Amino acid sequence: MSVEKQIEDAASAPVLAVHDLRKKFAETTALDGVSFEVRPHEVVGLIGENGAGKSTLLKMLVGLAQPDSGSIELRGKRVKMRGIAQAGAAGIGMVFQEQSLIPNLTVAENILFGAEGAAVVGGVYRWKELRRRAQVQLDKIGSKIKIDAITEELTFAERQLVEVAKVLATEERTNAEPVVLLDEPTSVLDRDETEVLFAQIERLRTRASVVFVSHRLDEVLRVSDRVYVLRNGKTVAECVPGDVDEAALRRMMIGRDLEGSHYGEEDQLPVREEVRLSVRGLSIKGVCEDIDLDVHVGEILGIAGVQGSGREELCRGIFGALATRGSMTLDGRPIKPGSPRTAISADIGFVPAERRREGMVGSMSVAENITLPHIGEVCAGPVLQRGKERRLADEWIERLSIRTPSASAPLGSLSGGNQQKAVLARWMVSDSLKLLILDHPTRGLDVGAKSEVYRLIRELTASGVSVLLMADSLEELIAMSHRVLVMKDGRVTDVIDARAGDKPAPVTVLERMI
Amino acid sequence: MAAARLGLAPPETGRADARTRRRAHSTLLADFGPFGALVLLCVIFSLLSPQFATWGNVRNILDSAAVLGVIAVGLTFVLLLGAIDLSIEGVMATAAISVALLVANSRNDIDLGFIGIVAAVALGACFGLASGMLSTGLKIPSFMTTLGMSAIGIGIATVLFAGVQPSLRSPELAEWASGQWLGLTRLTFVALGVVVVGLLIQRYTRLGRYARAIGGAEELAVLSGIPVRRYKTIAFTFAGAVYGLAGVMVTIQLGSGIVQAGVGQNFAAITAAVVGGTLLSGGRGGVLHSIVGVLIVTVLVNGLVLIGVSPYVQKAVQGVIVVVAVAITAWPLRQRLRVVK
Repeated sequence: MSVEKQIEDAASAPVLAVHDLRKKFAETTALDGVSFEVRPHEVVGLIGENGAGKSTLLKMLVGLAQPDSGSIELRGKRVKMRGIAQAGAAGIGMVFQEQSLIPNLTVAENILFGAEGAAVVGGVYRWKELRRRAQVQLDKIGSKIKIDAITEELTFAERQLVEVAKVLATEERTNAEPVVLLDEPTSVLDRDETEVLFAQIERLRTRASVVFVSHRLDEVLRVSDRVYVLRNGKTVAECVPGDVDEAALRRMMIGRDLEGSHYGEEDQLPVREEVRLSVRGLSIKGVCEDIDLDVHVGEILGIAGVQGSGREELCRGIFGALATRGSMTLDGRPIKPGSPRTAISADIGFVPAERRREGMVGSMSVAENITLPHIGEVCAGPVLQRGKERRLADEWIERLSIRTPSASAPLGSLSGGNQQKAVLARWMVSDSLKLLILDHPTRGLDVGAKSEVYRLIRELTASGVSVLLMADSLEELIAMSHRVLVMKDGRVTDVIDARAGDKPAPVTVLERMI
Repeated sequence: MAAARLGLAPPETGRADARTRRRAHSTLLADFGPFGALVLLCVIFSLLSPQFATWGNVRNILDSAAVLGVIAVGLTFVLLLGAIDLSIEGVMATAAISVALLVANSRNDIDLGFIGIVAAVALGACFGLASGMLSTGLKIPSFMTTLGMSAIGIGIATVLFAGVQPSLRSPELAEWASGQWLGLTRLTFVALGVVVVGLLIQRYTRLGRYARAIGGAEELAVLSGIPVRRYKTIAFTFAGAVYGLAGVMVTIQLGSGIVQAGVGQNFAAITAAVVGGTLLSGGRGGVLHSIVGVLIVTVLVNGLVLIGVSPYVQKAVQGVIVVVAVAITAWPLRQRLRVVK
């Protein structure tokens, strides 16, 4: 875009103007005065901790929630959104964090879903017209996704592009350029896919305005023209990326300085001599081959790799959740974890990335979740000793400062950070824990909760537990790890030293990943 | 592990609190809503019929809820797993005929007495074991395996029945069954016993805990090292044994073994469990929920008779009330149930 055009756009009236939105749920104030503007062809970044009000705000923009007071103006006209369909008809579309496509329909059907127009006559699909219209949308973003592909067969990144195309389809209906809301679009993308998405955003802005919501401050700084910071339901700052850095944004988000460094690098102790886990020639059919690795006592071994590098499967294989060939020793003794059950009895723990599906039972209490894999400790034969369980849970709730009304509150009702602490407590309960495998332990957590989890991991390793870590970002991975094992296409390409005070640059690791 | 070093300062704010309270609210409604519905039904029927709120009628209700109550306890554990059990009618048929043939009866000279009853219950357990092993071993949905077991059970019962109805000829059994305590039949106390055992299992044993965990998040259960298949099979086996006992109870009530011993009970039991707040999706509810459901269903039938609703429309009225009750009790959980197939 030319400089003149930018100046002209900046001066023009906002496409979307939100003024002093307020919303109360029962006793909590979700929004406490949010105002912001989006101008034509602008990418606006929106950041804030979990609970700062980002999701409530987005929901209001697409009519999934109603403000108590305040106004939303679209192209100068005050609007009241009553649902996604109406928002779409007005030209605001959201690309959801949990995707909103119907998995068993084709891409074409999804793009035009609910707004088929002339592609459906009297309830009958006109496939040719449907394909043509959908293809127009995909062409706008220059995507080569096949229009007849079944949506569930696409990768996450591809599905995301389909959602973008779906939002762009509002353009024809409204005869105006749409506003595209991207809710944490990069949270599950790897680096390559993220780059592709950023290129798309650049392309998108020539025909739309974009609101970009993300936890990742570096990304927000990179793609946005302006950034709004939300804190406790208020817009507390508006800034231009050139004037601020990540640290400044982080301060604005939490309203204070984080004590010490975010990742607690100064607490990283030198690795001890003894090898805890030794893996030799481990292979998983069709995924990875001939993996050798050693983890020392008290060491955090980071595993880097893009999606499809086989690192997730490797970790599941070590935990016995996938069938493997090869040999493993734990503290010098050979082990053969054929199932998670045997791995657990060998004192290996695993925290999966998908907390809601694999990490916890939301409907069960905090206490019940904590004792799940070690129920034997609070059992006499088949009989549970609930008093003992309760005391154990209370002890850990206190020790890890888990914020919960009580040990019997359903875990699903806690905030993400507190849920994750309970999930970690599950393994920490065992005094004999030797190795903990952490698959993206901070995914979806806000900054404050993240640094608590980091500290917890540091404490664990200080007490001699070894950790295999897969992290959300390379920065996090390098900062946390003693060494970084790099995987590519199912093989180990490098092991990079990452001692405290001598951390490698992310690009060094990245080079070995791709 | 050096526990003392794990003292962390809590920089979290109080945001979660209200959300927690709201959720706690909705769980509360889901837990006590059905009970409220039961109370409401009782109040309405008491106002409409003077006979409803009499001790005699309460005894009536409890006695007629006994068999369904027993069945519901077994079914609850299967539902908690997120599985379903459609084998109730078949298991009850086989248990009913076999107990009638194993105690003193009109067809043969076998008289095993109490052991006959135990054998019939064990037979029920075998059916449950088979359902469980087929479901977990061959990874066939429980919907299909249990439907198959039901047909097998009815088939076996029909063969054993052989066209001649076995009547009970055991004076001790007849005397025991006709005996009352506090005005309630002994079978009602058997049912009460099963309910208590069910509650204890649910609350105080691994089976109960694991059933909820498996129904809540099966992947997590696997990753937590829970032997999921084993506990699924145990739950089905327990349920089968309980259906067997229900078959025996029906036989004692009728004084003879018939293939139709469990007809209609499968549907009634699932209805009762769901009305009571035990979700078909698994993980939520429990024995007490299901029992409240059983009472709702029983009170409904009883009350409709008392207020003189024509037997011709009773079924339809029941259906309407059941749907309304489910709609009300499931209201707080509608988010979870939004996609209902």
